[in-house]
Amino acid sequence: MSVAGELVVIGGGLIGAALAWGAARAGADVTLLDEGDIAFRASRGNFGLVWLQGKGLGHPDYMHWSIRAGRRWPELARILGEESGIDIGWRGGGGLHFCCSAEEMEQRRALIARTRAEAADISIELLDREALRERAPGIGPQVLGASLSDLDGEVSPLFALRAFHEGLVRHGGRLRTNFSAREIRRDPHRGFAIRDASGAEVTGRRIVIAAGLGADALARQIGLEPRLMPERGQIVVTDRVAPFLHHPASAIRQSREGTVLLGSTHEDAGFSTATEVEAIARLCRIGTRLFPALRSARLVRAWAALRIMTPDGLPIYDESPEMPGAFLVTCHSGVTLASLHALDLGPALARGDLGPAPRSMRSARLAVHPT
Amino acid sequence: MPFIRLDPPTPEAGPELFFEGRPLRFRPGETVAGALMAAGVTAFRETPVSGAARGPWCLMGACFDCLVSIDGQDNQRACMVAARAGMKVRRQIGARRDAAGAGK
Ligand SMILES: Cc1cc2nc3c(=O)[nH]c(=O)nc-3n(C[C@H](O)[C@H](O)[C@H](O)COP(=O)(O)OP(=O)(O)OC[C@H]3O[C@@H](n4cnc5c(N)ncnc54)[C@H](O)[C@@H]3O)c2cc1C
Repeated sequence: MSVAGELVVIGGGLIGAALAWGAARAGADVTLLDEGDIAFRASRGNFGLVWLQGKGLGHPDYMHWSIRAGRRWPELARILGEESGIDIGWRGGGGLHFCCSAEEMEQRRALIARTRAEAADISIELLDREALRERAPGIGPQVLGASLSDLDGEVSPLFALRAFHEGLVRHGGRLRTNFSAREIRRDPHRGFAIRDASGAEVTGRRIVIAAGLGADALARQIGLEPRLMPERGQIVVTDRVAPFLHHPASAIRQSREGTVLLGSTHEDAGFSTATEVEAIARLCRIGTRLFPALRSARLVRAWAALRIMTPDGLPIYDESPEMPGAFLVTCHSGVTLASLHALDLGPALARGDLGPAPRSMRSARLAVHPT
Repeated sequence: MPFIRLDPPTPEAGPELFFEGRPLRFRPGETVAGALMAAGVTAFRETPVSGAARGPWCLMGACFDCLVSIDGQDNQRACMVAARAGMKVRRQIGARRDAAGAGK
């Protein structure tokens, strides 16, 4: 069976779904293909922070791009909520990064100074213990303070993903699941043809590869070489606790429903998504040091998911030089950047270009130069 | 539909626990959920999100629908805790508060 369309997005995670939604909302005819549960899927296992403190220091394009994404999130949350009726759990207003030693306080001070020096459009202040206790009265005796910005936020990544998927269909797009793209070739009449393992084919005038860790094998077929690597993150979650944390925070997050997430670890474990008792115990120790009352909370689940890392840790926004009309998008903070992907990049791809995505984020920067 | 003890029927004497302040007799060896159900209690808790009433479903520790507060400890699974004389059991109304500390 062959389905023809204008824009085909391969990969229905937060990146692909945000792009597809944004393109469909801008009037394009969009098909979103997703492999299914057998794939590695960061969008279903992440921490849900829109985190901007310290993001992109030393990389001005990435820094400004991320902060812009932070500034657009309230608008995205509003639109998704209005059109889907789903409460995606958005909470903005800036996040806390807790410090438990003088050294950590010093590091935050340095980060704040650097953020100013690099002219980032975000303001971060350092709260001492007393100031912090006004905002987070339950902190433990070891907590010395926290940095607080005006911009970080949080969201339920699962509800956000569902809102994108439903919104795509509402805007006339198609979501096709259990489609595992294997082969991409140019089609003389219809642009590109994408084939899956069973021989099913989907065609489109333009394509976007947004397949997470599945992108390498597909990108190679359009002449790009992102060389993506997995990085494991483990997260634990407690039962529902009455609201006590009134800000987004790194390392600890209380969802709208009351559950408390602790995480995430950063580990090189290949493609393993196993959880480990030592890591779980470490996360629980961090959480109970920050908020000792959590000792009586119940740990209900722990899981691991894989981050999608480029060799230099920066996003890739690229169009194939040999096959114009074939694009590649990947990044390691797909929740944070979802607002720009949905509101700016999706509509640009509907027109056929990368819009405002910085040109410095093309994958040519990663090329292995022949010696 | 109320639950009925088969053999022997409701104990005449024996240990009591307190449910919402009222004494409630149980048979040694019963779980808190068993004692409450035999006494005709169907609503064990109100959910944190919508406030809907809930009662035991799986009776084997998996569904978390029989949550009650026991002696000040919130979110205890009534089906997994043996009834003890004098224990104070309350409905779990909304999310647990004990783990929220000073921030609640
Ligand atoms: C533990 C952890 C914590 C994180 N915390 C945060 C955070 O707090 N904030 C933040 O901004 N980011 C966070 N991230 C990163 C964020 O989750 C990712 O950047 C984002 O989910 C990437 O989305 P994606 O669509 O590229 O990838 P994925 O979610 O992996 O989606 C890729 C999709 O492509 C599909 N696919 C793969 N191969 C094929 C194929 N051949 N054909 C068709 N479909 C295919 C898969 O089914 C999958 O649905 C975290 C990640 C992890 C692992």
